[in-house]
Amino acid sequence: MAEPTPLLRLRGVTKAYPAVLANDAVDLDVMPGEIHAVLGENGAGKSTLMKIIYGSVRPDAGTVEWNGQPVDIQSPAMARELGIGMVFQHFSLFDTLTAAENISLAVPGTIAELSERIRAASAQFGLDVEPGARVQSMTVGERQRIEILRCILQEPRLIIMDEPTSVLPPQGILKLFETLRALASEGIGIVFISHKLDEIRALCDTATVMRGGRVVGVVDPRVEDAQSLTRMMIGREIAPPTHGAERGDRHTVLEVTGLNYTPEDPFATVLKDVHLSVRSGEILGIAGVSGNGQDALTRALAGEIVLRSDKGSSVMLEGTPIGALGPDGRRALGVNFIPEERLGRGAVPIHTLAENVGLTTHHGGLVKWGFLRLGQRRQLASDTIDTMDVRCGGPDATAQSLSGGNLQKFIVGRELALRPKVLIASQPTWGVDVGAAAAIRQKLIDLRDEGAAVLIVSEELEEIFEICDRIQVMFRGRLSEAVRVRTTDINHVGLAMAGDFDALHAAPVEKEAALG
Amino acid sequence: MDVLIFIVSGTLAAATALLFAAMGELVAEKSGMLNLGIEGMMATGAAMGFVALSVSGSHSVGFLAAAVLGAVLSLIYAMLTLVFRANQVASGLAIGILGLGLSSAIGKNYEGKTVTGLEELDLGPLSDIPLLGPMFFQQDVMVYLSIVLIFATWYLLNRTKLGLIIRAIGESPESAHALGLKVRLIRAGCVAFGGAMAGIGGAYMSTAYTPLWAEGMIAGRGWIVVALTVFGTWIVKRVAFGAYLFGSISLLELSIQAFGVNVPSQLMSAMPYIVTIVMLAVISRNPVFIRLNSPASLGATLKLN
Repeated sequence: MAEPTPLLRLRGVTKAYPAVLANDAVDLDVMPGEIHAVLGENGAGKSTLMKIIYGSVRPDAGTVEWNGQPVDIQSPAMARELGIGMVFQHFSLFDTLTAAENISLAVPGTIAELSERIRAASAQFGLDVEPGARVQSMTVGERQRIEILRCILQEPRLIIMDEPTSVLPPQGILKLFETLRALASEGIGIVFISHKLDEIRALCDTATVMRGGRVVGVVDPRVEDAQSLTRMMIGREIAPPTHGAERGDRHTVLEVTGLNYTPEDPFATVLKDVHLSVRSGEILGIAGVSGNGQDALTRALAGEIVLRSDKGSSVMLEGTPIGALGPDGRRALGVNFIPEERLGRGAVPIHTLAENVGLTTHHGGLVKWGFLRLGQRRQLASDTIDTMDVRCGGPDATAQSLSGGNLQKFIVGRELALRPKVLIASQPTWGVDVGAAAAIRQKLIDLRDEGAAVLIVSEELEEIFEICDRIQVMFRGRLSEAVRVRTTDINHVGLAMAGDFDALHAAPVEKEAALG
Repeated sequence: MDVLIFIVSGTLAAATALLFAAMGELVAEKSGMLNLGIEGMMATGAAMGFVALSVSGSHSVGFLAAAVLGAVLSLIYAMLTLVFRANQVASGLAIGILGLGLSSAIGKNYEGKTVTGLEELDLGPLSDIPLLGPMFFQQDVMVYLSIVLIFATWYLLNRTKLGLIIRAIGESPESAHALGLKVRLIRAGCVAFGGAMAGIGGAYMSTAYTPLWAEGMIAGRGWIVVALTVFGTWIVKRVAFGAYLFGSISLLELSIQAFGVNVPSQLMSAMPYIVTIVMLAVISRNPVFIRLNSPASLGATLKLN
């Protein structure tokens, strides 16, 4: 019996960059109507492979076959002509244009014709989009639906989805999966890039696992378990984080009441009457899809936004008002902040690690008579590198030379060295590989066990359920009441992330394992 | 009555040079290109138009020569910023200074000379309507063309596919590039259009509005054009309103002097600039509106490979 012809077949695809072999003799077969996962850590070579398929990077060696014919995909335009579409992780939409206008930039036809086609495709694939609405007022999920529609309307035979679920709330993910299954049933091949194992196991027919630029296995993810996939993906076991027992003397350390704030950017989310408190020896998780006010909240907590007391907004540290202090004043009192952007906000890209360590730790004896104590600073950087197991060229390496995960470990280590009373971390493991993420989470838990108050803002519910003691959900600038992690589950938090705060309280009590 | 006729008809003429240059700059800025060399391009256009008219005797040749030279100058700016990725502000200023120098070189042998201005267009009975006739219908052809240009620019930007592409590129050239739009080509085209319009605007000054060549005769109008587009929040009708406002205040200045009112002349000369900018700043306060209409990538160096 002859095997059916794959839609796309890669053989021995190799791409070398000066410092790294990004793809090393990679083979990949995608059949029509198949949902094919490409699984791997950051830096495993997934992105390079996708760029090769989409024509924006040319391979050094290897062959690409499309419908059994060898092809040389020279540009994204050529890929689109062949019938290869891509939905990007970072959306390439224009905020000030409407949905239909955005789509018309890539798909021929008048706005009126396209609006008609958009409505038809929306209905067929469950992608709710209002053609005449401007993108700037849309949620991340809606934006993604426009991206997908734009791709579908070009009538592709193969769609590449680059980490599409990283921006969606849980219910949105289920909806996306339905759409993808509907597309696959039309005979469209789908390449689904992800590092989230449960999603791949729920959705995909086949998984190609990559590590260090090579394919380390092609498996059926539905019959594998998460552990075996993890082992394949990172080459070793990851121990789940360990929590210390809850401590008795938990007093409120950080307390925010009645926080209202209107950002200058007219399209940014307004904070409305936000209340929260973090106690010593606990981790409070702020869940929510990004863009719901998390940015303003963390800025207000870290002191980047200084609050005027006349509006009734108050930020208290152990009973002392600190809302009027800037970041430096708050750090001096033990309130430290790890921002989500590592380069440019957490660290100066072109400065060395030693210089970067001094940015936040100069209160800790690094300055004498107005002069920097370079020896101490260098020593602190070395110590941080050692304790956090940062892979780098030493304290004189520039921040931008580190991988995301290593730089994040360094920044976390720098803040931990200050022994904070309160640590606020925004997306602490965003874009960080699995191993580094596990190390960072463990350090945060250790800090909690030592009695510090920790506040985590995260889009990844798995992370929040893994390390937090209590959860509050952020939606359109409002914050829900806090619930204990063990009294809720991912589905109810997901509903709250879509605005239904009451769902948090409807959750079944005493649920030990939130992750199925 | 005569004063009213003088101000209205004069405003239309006084605003014409600004309208040409401003509509051109508006299109360029909508594509994300902050061309600060407008002053120099208008001056070069003024000199080139004057010389070409003097040599050929044809107004059309004058305007055409001015448009071509304006476009060429602006394409140098486009090359610096789009190909060599030079800073837009610095490049624009440099080309502007180059244009001023070029204008005095071109006009060197024509300093202080005059030419015959553009004739009024014969609109038959329309021109004979009392009051309205002398106000609106005794103008030269460029005045009417500038009004057509306002509507054409609005239509281009808001009702055509090309306009949509220009706006998209102005908002995010990176995203536009990812969609396969020809970012550099479109931007260069917009800039060339802006340069050509600035050239025509300059030539209107030297061959129609005041048909003589004198170095420095553009006198900051290029900068007013830049201010008009920015303070007009990149909305066609506001930019046009600003141009007419500027024209009318400069006419008012002449009338007040004619009435013999004793106001320092320096203050009077500054009035059009001050009033126009204050007015536009006042009507353009709404931040949502600004965000929706401003090209987000304006002035930023292109980051494509």
